[in-house]
Order: sequence, then C-alpha cells, then structure tokens
Amino acid sequence: MAKVFAVTVILIAIASAIPILMHTWGPPVDISTHGPLIDEQMSETMAEAGISFLAAQIILAIFVWMFSRKEGKVRSFPGGARGLVTAAIVLVGIEAMALGAFGVKAWASVYFTPPGPDAMPIQAQAGQFAFYFRYPGPDGRFGPLHPDLVNEGTQNFFGLDPDHDPDAKDDIVTAELGIPVNKEIHLLMHSKDVGHSFDVRELRIQQDFVPGLDVSVHFTATKTGRYEIMCTQLCGLGHYNMKAYLNVMSQSDFDAWLKQQASQQ
Amino acid sequence: MHDMHAPAAHHHAPPQGFVRNHLFSLDHKVIGIQYYGLALLAVFIGMVLSWVMRLHLAWPALSIPGLELLSKNGAPGGVPTPEYYLQLMTMHGTIMVFFVLTTAPFAAFGNYFLPIQVGAEDMPFPHFNMMSFWVTFVAFCVAVAAFFVPDGPPLAGWTAYAPLSALGPVAGPGEGLGQILWASSIGIFCIGQLLGALNFISTTLDMRCKGMSLMRMPLTVWAWFITSAMGLTAFAVLMPACILLILDHVAGTSFFVASNLVVSDQLQPHSGGSTLLWQHLFWFFGHPEVYIAIVPAMGVVSHVLITNMRRPMLSHRVLIYSMAALAFLSYMVYGHHMFVSGMNPFSSIVFSFPTLAITIPSTIIVLIWIGSLYGARLRINAASLFALGFISLFVSGGVSGFFLAQPSLDLLLHATYFVVGHFHLVMAVAAIFGIFSGTYFWFSKVTGRMMNETLGKIHFWLTFVGAYCIFMPFHYLGLAGNVRRYQAFVNDFMGPLMPLHKFISVAAVVTGFAQFIFLYNLIYSRFKGEKATQNPWEATSLEWTIPSPPPFDNFGGKLPVVYHDPYQYGVEGSSGDYVMQDSPEQIQTVHDEK
Amino acid sequence: MATTVHEPPQIGVMRAPELGGGKGGRRNISPGDDNLRMLAEHSSGASRTGIWVGVAGICMTFAALTSALVVRQGAAMDWRHFSLPGVLYLNTAVLFGSSFALEVARKRVAAFARGLQPSRAVPLRWLYLTLGLGLLFVAGQYAAWMQLKTQGLYLATNPSSAFFYVLTAMHALHVMGGLGGLTLVISRLSRRVPTLRRSTLDTASYYWHFMDVLWLYLLLLLWMKL
Repeated sequence: MAKVFAVTVILIAIASAIPILMHTWGPPVDISTHGPLIDEQMSETMAEAGISFLAAQIILAIFVWMFSRKEGKVRSFPGGARGLVTAAIVLVGIEAMALGAFGVKAWASVYFTPPGPDAMPIQAQAGQFAFYFRYPGPDGRFGPLHPDLVNEGTQNFFGLDPDHDPDAKDDIVTAELGIPVNKEIHLLMHSKDVGHSFDVRELRIQQDFVPGLDVSVHFTATKTGRYEIMCTQLCGLGHYNMKAYLNVMSQSDFDAWLKQQASQQ
Repeated sequence: MHDMHAPAAHHHAPPQGFVRNHLFSLDHKVIGIQYYGLALLAVFIGMVLSWVMRLHLAWPALSIPGLELLSKNGAPGGVPTPEYYLQLMTMHGTIMVFFVLTTAPFAAFGNYFLPIQVGAEDMPFPHFNMMSFWVTFVAFCVAVAAFFVPDGPPLAGWTAYAPLSALGPVAGPGEGLGQILWASSIGIFCIGQLLGALNFISTTLDMRCKGMSLMRMPLTVWAWFITSAMGLTAFAVLMPACILLILDHVAGTSFFVASNLVVSDQLQPHSGGSTLLWQHLFWFFGHPEVYIAIVPAMGVVSHVLITNMRRPMLSHRVLIYSMAALAFLSYMVYGHHMFVSGMNPFSSIVFSFPTLAITIPSTIIVLIWIGSLYGARLRINAASLFALGFISLFVSGGVSGFFLAQPSLDLLLHATYFVVGHFHLVMAVAAIFGIFSGTYFWFSKVTGRMMNETLGKIHFWLTFVGAYCIFMPFHYLGLAGNVRRYQAFVNDFMGPLMPLHKFISVAAVVTGFAQFIFLYNLIYSRFKGEKATQNPWEATSLEWTIPSPPPFDNFGGKLPVVYHDPYQYGVEGSSGDYVMQDSPEQIQTVHDEK
Repeated sequence: MATTVHEPPQIGVMRAPELGGGKGGRRNISPGDDNLRMLAEHSSGASRTGIWVGVAGICMTFAALTSALVVRQGAAMDWRHFSLPGVLYLNTAVLFGSSFALEVARKRVAAFARGLQPSRAVPLRWLYLTLGLGLLFVAGQYAAWMQLKTQGLYLATNPSSAFFYVLTAMHALHVMGGLGGLTLVISRLSRRVPTLRRSTLDTASYYWHFMDVLWLYLLLLLWMKL
C-alpha cells in the first residue's frame, strides 16, 4: 500500500506539472508596457514553485516507499532537525524573499510611478452591472458629478448636468473603452454603487473600484485590437455578465472613433 | 496504576438522565462529540451546495433535482438563477469555513482530547464549555434560517464585502433579512468560539497533571493551544465588525457605506462610510482563520504520523515554534487579500514580505514531517494514509502561495480560480484530511470499536485522487484568467475552458459520493465495528492509558502522573517499541531529540 | 529490555514529575463533598488564567472598535464633534465607588471565612452596595443617552454619535455581565450553607475592576475623538 501511495503521489505530481510545462492554459499575450516585468516575475515564480512542488512530492513518495517497513532499526535523518531548518531558511526563505524583492519592481512600475504629464485622462465608472467611460472632450476638463441626477432611463449614467456645468457640455460618455495605441492612459476609477473591479488580462491590470474613494491606474497599450474588460469583484447578481470592451486603435482611428462617439451624445 | 503521588481518589458519578448526559452535558467528551456531529451535518449541507454549484457551472441548463423544493424563485425548474447561484455560494463558504473547518479539527477533537491528553478530568469552566457548543449551534441555525426567508440567503460571498453587504435589499436579493441573519449568525458564532478558547487556554495552562510540563504536551495539545490564542484575538475582532454591519442595515448608520452611492437610480441615504474598513476588520480575522483551520489539523496529523512512524518527530520543539510562528505571522499578513483593493500600494509591499516569510515556518514544518519519515518504520493504515495525503496536499496548496503573496502577480491572479484552488487545497481539503485522519485514529477511543480499515482505505484513495482532480485544474483555470464567483462563463475566452470545468464537476460529484463510504463506515462501525482494545495503535499519549470509551471522569478519579516526553517510540520498552507517557519505567535507548 | 522501576522515579531521561508540569486538573463541577467550596480555598489557577484570557478577548474587541473609529474618522468629511454629556463624569465616580465597595466587601468576606467576622450581614451589605452602584452606573449611562437624544443626536445622526452609542452600549453590556457575576456571588454567599468559592469571588472582582479600567479608557477615547 505504501508503494501504491508513492507511485500515486509521483504520478499526480507529474500530471499536474505537464499542463504548466506545455503552457496549455495560461494568460494571453501581453499588450502593455509594464507587462513583460510581470510575465518575467510569473515565470520565475513558476519555476521556483514548480521545483519546490516536485521536489517535495517526490521526496515524500521516496521516503514512504523506503521506510514503510516492519523490521529494522529506527534511524534519524542525517543532519537532523538543524539541517532541515537551515535548509528551509536558506533554500526557501531566501528564495521567497528574493522573489518578493524582485517583484517589487513589477509592482512599482504600475503603482509607484506617477502617470506622465501628457497621459490621457479617461474616467471609468462601474455600476451594477455595466462599465461606462467618460472622455473630457476638447476642453480637457471633466464636468462635476451629481449623484442625484444619475438616471439610466435618460442615459445619464454619470449624473452630468450639461445645462449648468460648462465643463460637462463636451464630455463624451461611451460604453466601450476606446484608446489610442502606444499612448499612456490615466484611468480615473469611480464606483457608482458597490465594489467592482477593472480587469483586462492582456493589459496585466486589475484594480478594484472603491465606493467613496476614487483611485486611478495608468497604462500604455502596445497592440491594437479588442480586449475584454471584466468585473472581478463580486458586485451582485449580474456580476458574471458585467463586461465591456477595450478597443485599442491607431491614433487616427481613435480620433475618428471619438468624433463619432461625440456626435452621438 | 504506577501512581504513587495520587491524592485520595474522589470519583464523580456521571449525571443521570438524557438531558444532562447527552443534550446539555457539561462533560467535555460529550461536547466534543456534539461539535463533531454539528460539523458532520454542516459539511453535508456544504458539500451538497458545492455539487449544485459545480453542476450548474458545467451544465448551465441542467435541472437539478430537488432544488426547486428549496426555493421556487431561486431555481425555477431546478435551474438556479444568477442570484441564487451566488446565494448558494455564500452559504457554501460560510458553512464550510465557520461550521466545519473551525468546529471539527479545533472544537470537536480539541474538546474531546485536550483535557485527556494533559491529564485533566475536564475543562475548568464546564458551563462555558456547554454554552460554547449551544451558542455555536444557535449560530448554525440562524445561518441556515437564511435559506427560508423570503429573499433567501445573502449573495455577498462569505467575505461579505461592504457596501454590497451593507446597503440592504436594494443591493440585491438576500441583502435584506438574509444578510442580517448572516451577520447575526457570525457574531453569535464568535461568542461561542471565544468561550471555547477561554476554556482551551485555561485547561492547557492550569489543568495539566503532575509531570506534564509544557514541552511534554503532545503536538495536538500545542496546536489547539496555539489555535485558541489565535481564535481569541481573531473572533474578538470579527464580532464587533458584525455588530457594525448589522447597525448599517437596521439603524441607518454609515460605518461601511460611502456617500453618494446610487443604486437603481436612487441616491442612498448613507454618508462617509469606509469601504476598506470592513475589509481590514474582516481580513484581520480572516487570515488567522485560515490558520485556525489548518494548525489543529497539523497537530492531529503530526500525532497520527508519529504513532505510525514509530519514532518521534526530528524535533518536537521546532515544530511547536514553527506553529507558533505561523500564528504570529498570520496577523501581519492579512493585507495580502487586499492588494488590488485600492489600499495604499506601499502597504501591499509591506504586507507582501511577511506573507512570503510565512513560507519559512511552513517549509520547516513540512521538512520536519518528511525528514522524520526517513529511517522510520511506517505503518500504513487509513489514519496514516490520510496524514500522508495531508502533507502532499498541504505542499501542493502551499506552493501556490508563492504567487499570491506577490502583489505584482496578484494583478493577474486575484479573484481567479487560482485563488480558489489555492485555499481549497491548503485550507479546506488539507484540514478535512486532518479531520479524517483524526477520526480513523481516535474512533476506537471514543466508541470502543474500530473503524473498518478496508473501507477507510477505499475512502482514502477516492478522496485523495479526487481532491487533486478537483483542485489542481482550478489553478490552470486561474492562470488562464477564469474569474471566480461567476455563475456562467459568458466571456469569449472562457468557452475553451469549459471541458476543464466539466472535468472538475464530474470529479467533484464522484469524490463527494465517496464520502458516503466514510459516513457508512462511521455509522456501521459505531454499532457493529470490531471491538477495540485500549491501545490498538500502540500509542504513548495519555488518552491511550484509559479504557475506550473513557469513563466519565477520564481517569477514574485518580489523576495520572507523567514521566516522559509524549512520543517515546523507537525505544525498547517492556511492552514493545514504545513507552507510555505515564509509565514509570526507565527508557533504555532514547531517540535523539535535538 | 526495560526494567520497571516502581519508585522512586529516576532522574535523568525521565525526570521526576515534581520537576515540572501542572498542578493537576480536577473537575470543576458536582463536588464529592462540600469541602471543595470552602470560602477560604485559594483561588484556582484556572480561574485566574480564565479571567485574564477573558480580559484579553474583551480588550481585542474594544481595540477593533477603536481602530474602526480612527479609520472611520480619518476617512470622513462628515465627522461632527460634540461635547460629552456631563452625567458621564458622575457615572465614572459611581463606577469607581462600586469598585471600592467591592474591595471592602472582599475584605469582609475574607474575615467571615476565617471566622473573624461572625455574621454574613456585613459583607453582604457591601456587596449589595457594589451591585447598587453598578446598577446606578447603567442607569446613568441611560441618562446620558437620553441627554444626547434631547440634543437630537441619534445613533444614525452622525458617525461620531454612532460610535458613542456603540462603544457605551458595548461597555454597558459587559457591565451587565459583571452585575450577573456579582448577583451570583451574592446568592452563593447568602445561601443557608454558603457555597461561594474564593475563585468565584476573585474572578467576579477582577472582572468588575477591569470594567473600571475599560470605562476610563473609553471615556478618554470619546473625550479625545468626539
């Protein structure tokens, strides 16, 4: 029975590792400027975690195989507890800490660098169960929000008051996040009701919308195309269906798109 | 009895009558069994809920038999609506985390065996102990009652993130009375666990028998002791958080609800609350909770392994210190649940390093287990198989912690099935393996009969392979970006992942059915099992020095005296390769203990 | 092969039990004879540990509420300061007075247990005084709530008033637990054959004094933050 256990554990370990090694399932190709750091961090972590996983399972299996015996003197592991504790601290502890230290670089590239001065501000609003986006228009200023004016029936998703706020007059509200390629975007995130999250796998960005606290992220997309924006923070019954599209376009396409959106306001 | 220090024996007669003996018993053993029974009931409900979820995810149009009886609106024609899916999911998490993973390895086994293993007749505050169970039972009833209120249970998940959980019925079905019942249930549960922790700590510190120094306590006792210290601090924080949540619902306060929120075009009458406050309070409890589930299981597994390896662990002390380090660090890492929550990004870094540091005590524990296997004389039985399976699962679930400890990788993996796979392996399945291991090991002590080994082994193989088949693919789904808490996968990229979901669902149903083997074994063996001797595993700790089942007073009115460290195996004792803790015989060859 | 040595236990690998370990764990219920409940008995170790563990748990609860208050105040634009009702200071004096009375009562109980004091009436009188002052404190807190109510400050009016009500109510609930403990002490002492145990009295007293300390802390917190 011990030998069956050993073989099972090794088979499970190998079977578990195969899809990882073959990249059967994995994140899609990255389209952001900060993404390569994260992907690199990911593969380093995968290597370390994978080696620890395989090593631990295989040694466990070997020891169970070898030492399920009725006879023989009980012996101790050479090196004893002290050796193992040292191994844990040196091999795993220092590795993990180093991994963490390297990971800071990837994290810093997203959060510790302020957006550039010519980053393009776009406001994203999450509400049950849709995203809306707002562009400041030619004046470059967002009109103030009036929560009491929010009305889905009249399509006033943000609660704008263009009749009284001149800044709000030229604001463009869209259901799709259209952005120009290779241009830094400063996404100002606002939640209308409960917690939501903004997740674009290809962008390597995930950030919660916090009700009552406006947070922002900034990123640059490097490939044109349409990508899904998902909500990853449980927000109610329509959570699974809360999605929008990120449309990365060339600058000229973007200008035309924005003009077209503006004409529909 | 080798006991020459025994004071004049004063024997207590057990109380008379069913109510005092079985229902409102003050006896720690009965209370332990009550907790175990509650956990069994809860785990059954939780498992059925997980079946419903898995079946619905893999076959969205499937009509699930019987579901319509539970809720006509929630599952018209047996197909759960999106909101009902979330409600079932919330209840699955709540019931499993609180009423199974906290009660079974900690409250059930701990109540039964902690006093016996330290050589005490009972816990010092038996009335509190009885209250602890009944308060927990009331909490369970309140939680389950949420199924039967008009809007059903809450849908905000077991983490109940505000403001979704605090806005009231406007936020979604079940967010009215259902959420209030949820918060009340958890608040009540906290009180029960605080009473339990009070008893556990006092028993360990003050009720030990003569000769039972702290380092002579078995690893199980240490694990329960450390866990109760964690429970004391964690539940004491969750309880006021639940009170504040209830007040946001019923009294119109704004602790967790921010200003200017608009739900269904209505401006909400709250102002200025802090969304992150709930998350901080919840995870300050929530992360230690993970260790509240896993540390007792570590203790049980160590105890079972040592007995079956016929040798002590390489180091008793290092294991104890590592478990204590886990408990200590668990308070400094809770922020890793909130990397992308809008918390200050510097805090993410600050929380990331202790999280990575927690791999050190975890690795030490695993290495000590594996290293102790070297040169052992391992006996394979259902209990030791589950203990070995625990190690394998704990490692598998643990390595994914490397990823989730890093904020930068959380950008990819947060809220995906990777997280679900991680905590199910490391916290849920591993802890349940600890429970199984303990059950196969101690069943004979509690009932006086042995469990059927063959059925136990079949149960192990199905559960072990099944657990991997269910939870390993979760990691692959997460790497591909499959978001958790979705009731249907409408995103374009999730279509190709459906075969994986179907595989998981089939595995979940099969593995779930395998648990009925265990249930059958439990019931059959209780009445028809082979009669057990006093010490069938040739173990050394005090519970094996008394008859099975133990008498009302545990030690028959005489308190034991302890002469040895808890695990004297691999020595040449008069009765075999072990020396019992209370045996005054001298040990000839002592195993190295560093 | 091992030899069974009956006595004395060998020192060495085995260590004599006298050198370490606990004091033994006797069952805490249904005493075989009445001797177990002697008044003069020393407070048991478990009850002393128990009360400290309980105090630690309660401290954690109030620490959580404190941090909630600090976070909530820091995040909010809507925090309205108000001055505490004057009756709170009077209540503080009442609560400390009850603690003083309890200490006197404990001395008298001890004297009674040693036979220096012939009657139970004196210690009981002091215990009733403690209980009465405790009840007066709770009534005083109620008066403070009424005072706020007349100012138009309700639970949901403002986060500051919400925290005031939550903290004082939580404290009052814990005080009522202490009153329950005192009632138990009084009823056990006034039975025909007193069944009060030293540990019950000590535990109830420690808890009661802890309520003072907790209240002082809360008063300071409320005074600073509201």
